[in-house]
Order: sequence, then C-alpha cells, then structure tokens
Amino acid sequence: MSQFEIIKNFNTIKKNLKKNFTDLKKIRIGIVGDSSTQLLNQSIRGYGFDEDYNFEIYEADYDQLDGQLLDTSSGLYKFAPEFVIIFESSQKLAKRFYKSDKAKFSEMHIEKVNNYISNISKHLNSKIIYFNFPEVNDSIFGNFSNKIEYSFIYQTRKINYELMNICIQNKNLFILDYSIINAQYGKNFIIDSKIYYTNDMTISLDALPLIAKNITDIIAALTGKFKKCIILDLDNTLWGGIIGDDGIENIQIGDLGIGKVFTELQTWIKQLKERGIVLAVCSKNNEATAKDPFKNHPDMVIRLEDIAVFVANWNNKADNIRYIQSILNIGFDSMVFLDDNPAEREIVRKNLPQVLVPELPDDPSLFLDYLQKLNLFETASFSKEDLERTKLYQDEAGRFMVQKNFTNEDEFLASLSMSSEVKEFNKFNIPRVAQLSQRSNQFNLRTVRYSEEDVEQISRSEKYATFSFSLKDKFGDIGIICIIILEKRKDSLFIETWLMSCRVLKRGMENFTLNTIVKYAKEKGYNTIIGEHILTSKNGMVVDHFKNLGFRSSGNKWELKVNNYKEKKYHIKII
Amino acid sequence: METTEILGQVNIIFKEVLDNQELVINQETSANDVDDWDSLTHIQLIVAIEKYFKIRFKANEIQSFKNVGEMCSFIKLKLE
Repeated sequence: MSQFEIIKNFNTIKKNLKKNFTDLKKIRIGIVGDSSTQLLNQSIRGYGFDEDYNFEIYEADYDQLDGQLLDTSSGLYKFAPEFVIIFESSQKLAKRFYKSDKAKFSEMHIEKVNNYISNISKHLNSKIIYFNFPEVNDSIFGNFSNKIEYSFIYQTRKINYELMNICIQNKNLFILDYSIINAQYGKNFIIDSKIYYTNDMTISLDALPLIAKNITDIIAALTGKFKKCIILDLDNTLWGGIIGDDGIENIQIGDLGIGKVFTELQTWIKQLKERGIVLAVCSKNNEATAKDPFKNHPDMVIRLEDIAVFVANWNNKADNIRYIQSILNIGFDSMVFLDDNPAEREIVRKNLPQVLVPELPDDPSLFLDYLQKLNLFETASFSKEDLERTKLYQDEAGRFMVQKNFTNEDEFLASLSMSSEVKEFNKFNIPRVAQLSQRSNQFNLRTVRYSEEDVEQISRSEKYATFSFSLKDKFGDIGIICIIILEKRKDSLFIETWLMSCRVLKRGMENFTLNTIVKYAKEKGYNTIIGEHILTSKNGMVVDHFKNLGFRSSGNKWELKVNNYKEKKYHIKII
Repeated sequence: METTEILGQVNIIFKEVLDNQELVINQETSANDVDDWDSLTHIQLIVAIEKYFKIRFKANEIQSFKNVGEMCSFIKLKLE
C-alpha cells in the first residue's frame, strides 16, 4: 500500500472471505439496497475480518425495499439482524424524482423513510445504518438550480438535511455519510459508469473498501471499539522545525513559513480534545524546552492545559507510550500516535502493534486531509462527560503522583476523601449511562451494550432496579463511574449489568457497590443475589470478581445469600 | 506488445483475481471453462486489466468477449 492509500483494494479484502472467521466477534447484518449489492456484501464481510469481526450478512434480493422492510414476515425480519443497512442509490432516486411532483419529492421520500424506520423499530431490536445521497449536478438549470425549489439538487439537499434531523430524534438511526465520501473522493472515483450501466453496480471497485470501512467504523463505535486518545510528537508534527535547535522564535506556527499548516492541524486536534479525545505528548526533548511554546508562543492553539499527560525526555518512545498508558489506563488499541518521523513510527508499531500509527505523508501540508480521511474518531455517543474528560485524566495523573508517596494503601485511600452519590437512572444521567455501557470493556461482567433508548426503557420498567454511582475525591469529580442493573425475579435479584470505569479500580468501589445492592435486596425482601461473568477477550480481570466478594459458585453463575452477608469496608462517604 | 505477452499478463491477472495460482488459460478459454469466472468476477477481471494495461474498455465492450483470445485482441488494439 502506498503512503497515500488509506485502505487495501477490493481484491485483497475479498481474499479474506476464504480465511478462518471462527474466533472473531459475530455480528448479524442485513443489507437492503435498490441497486446491486453483492460486491458490497463481500466488501463488508472481507473488510470486517481485518477488524476482527465475523459479519454474518443477510443480503436482501435486488431492489426489494418495500418487500423486505414493510413485510414483517420477510427474510430480513426472520434473520433478525443487529444492524440493518439501507442503501438507496442516487440513480434510482433521480429516476423517481423526474416522474414525481418535484416540489413535494423530499417530503414524500422522508415520509417513506420514516415508515421504514418505524416498522423496523417496532419489530426488530436493530440499529439502522442509512446511506444519505451524494449531491448530483444534473445540469438542468446549472448553478441556477440553487434558486429553484423543485430542482434535483435542492430536493436532494433537503432530503439529506431532513435525514440528519430524523437521526437526531431517533437514537437507533445512524447515517452513513455517502454524500461526504463522494465530496472527499469525487464522483469519478466512486462511480464506474460502465459497471453501473451493465450491472447496476453504483459503487466502483475502488470505492467499495472505503464504504466497507465507513460502515465498519460505525459498527465498531457502537460495539465499544473506538479511539480515545491521541499521542503527539512535537517537532515537525505540531510545529515546523525543531524547538531545541531553532528556538521558540523560529518554529513555524501562525504566519511564519508554512506555520498555517500546523495551526490548522492544531485547531483540529484541539476540537477533538474538546469533544472528549484525550491528548498526550510524547517528544524527544528536554521537558522545559518542549513546554515552552505551549506556555509562551502566542500562535500555539493547543496549550498546556489541553494536554492530559506530557512526556518529554530522551527515552524510547514505546516505553514512554507504555507509561502514558499506565496513567490513562485505557487500552493500547484505543490510542493513535502521530509522528512525522518514519523511524519513530516503526519502533512504536513494532513494540506496540495495537496502537494505531498513521503513515503520515512526507509533506506536512497533506497531514490534515489525510488524517481526516482516515475517519479515526467515529463515535456512538456524546455526553457532557466528554467535554470534561481531559480534566478527569489530569486529576487522575495527580492521584497517581500522590499515591507514590503512600506505602500503606488504606491510608492513601482514606486521604483521598472520597464520596459517592447513588442515583437510579433518570433523564439527566441516561446519556452517560448508555455511553459507559458502550465504552466499558475491562471491568464489565456481562458486556451488554445499551443505547440511550434501551436505558430509557429499563429506567421506566418495573422489572428492573437501577443504580448509577458517581465518585468525587479531593482531586476532582470523576462523575458517574459505575452502573448496576438488577433484574427482579421472584426471591432473587439477577445482576444483568455490573460495570465500572477502570479509573476507579482499587478504590473500594466494588465493596461500596455490593453493600448498596445488598441493602436494596434486604429492604425489598429478596434473599439471593445472582451474578454472572461472561468471558470476553477484554474482561479477564473480573473472572474472580464474584468469588472475591464472597459469592458461591452455582453452575455457571454466582450466588450470594443476603442473610449471610457481612458488610464490607471502604473509605467512601455516601452523599 | 505481442499477443503472447499480453496473454501471459492476462493469465497472471486471472490467477490473482480468481485467487487460483494453478489456473492456466489460453486463447480459447471462456467463462464456461473456468470455475469462479462469473458475472461478478468478470467485472473484477475487467477492472484489473484496465489498471494493469492502463486502458479503458467501453460499456458495450465489456460483455462482448467470447473468450480470452478476444480479450487479448481488444487489449492489443487499445495499446496501439
């Protein structure tokens, strides 16, 4: 792959179809399209292999949207996919448009879309991934189309705009932004006219892997796999030149030389930080020299307070990234490392293969476009906590430093002055609860993922008791860090979900949480609490969780008799 | 380029696209003779040939080849 190619070509990913999918994560997908979808099917399954997914795909017969989506006895409904991908081509859209009452076309189309969605939502527990439409200049009015409500471009844009509004209202609907992909790569790349006219294939072979990637990015984000952190080199990555050699007046940012390249890159990175991506620095430099521009250069966009962990020394970068990981306590596979130096990139790739290291182009003026095209930061949710995440990690770095001074763990915990607020799920905490369920992989006993709609239903249901736990200490407010969902059975409570943020391991939260559950059980007259651990590749750390808390094993579950329970100790005050 | 050289290259392309390193084709080979050469893989073969030889087929050309020999003649014409 050349340094400008972002993904493998179709032929290469097709070869994955013959490989062994056995140990990969199974996800059921239904594809419904009004043009030819066979190669799209192969691309999605083949691409998914490289991302450790075993996509089991039901591909609806050609051009059967109404039949598959409105008839609840159709093959699609029988297959019961977790994701339904709906792909309507702009070619068929144009055909319908020209025959229609043009000024009302977008309205009618949106009504049809709403009908499909409400049908799917009533009968399937699926997320829907809907393609929007590329903007097509049919040259009937030229640029004047913009002044005509019944022009194709006006109606297309209106449809795309309304699709965004519907998906803001509907938590299970996600848009595959095909329009943007067309804008980024161009119509000539996305469409190969001769295969369209002869085979009704509206996506070229070159573009198929790209579409497969974007679909996989959305599914990955919805199943808990996403990037949480960027680790940044400094010299010739965040500014032009070398701070140690050139001095602060001569590094290129702002108007100096090609400074604008780096100013725009920094602006983009800062926006990522503001939406919850954590920034770290890993630079081969003297620490004071490296920090100087952040403190004192007027054109720097990223400032010291934007960086959660700042590492500048002469050590091996792989070791430094291991250190950063130990402070942030997130997976290596949720980190992205940016460095202009190919040798440094190679060292990190070899030593830490799970870290994503983009192969930056030689010319820094191409960095930003390249990075944006990689679509690194797909997300499934966005909550208030995202805005404050950097501060949370900076607070955590503070705790880490202080802990080194205590040899007695008990004294350390007492010194933190921790307090916790316990609340059932309510309209204020539902987004955060859903988000935690999607992000949490390690301290997660059953790895059940919930959308906001799922959480809302649970909070209203008589069948469940819900608890959210927040944690505060003298360093700061960590927000909601633990979720418990209990299913009420006749005499017992089944722990359907017990998950906790890894940031609060070893603080006594497990004990505090169990005490809360037992107290509830006693108040409501349940005599047994039942727990279950479903092993995944990421939650091995909690394999002995119930055993350590005093549960007894019972078949493949764990049981605790409430009457035998002795209250456990912790240094957390209830508020 | 001579037809035999073109045939050699097309053979390599067939092996790669159909993922079969044992495959040997000649001028008379048609889709009936090769497993996996169907309408879908035909598209991949056409696109791979276009990329390799840096030529472009027209829409009415891609379905018109009776056998590999005709494909190679077409390629030779486009290269001149």
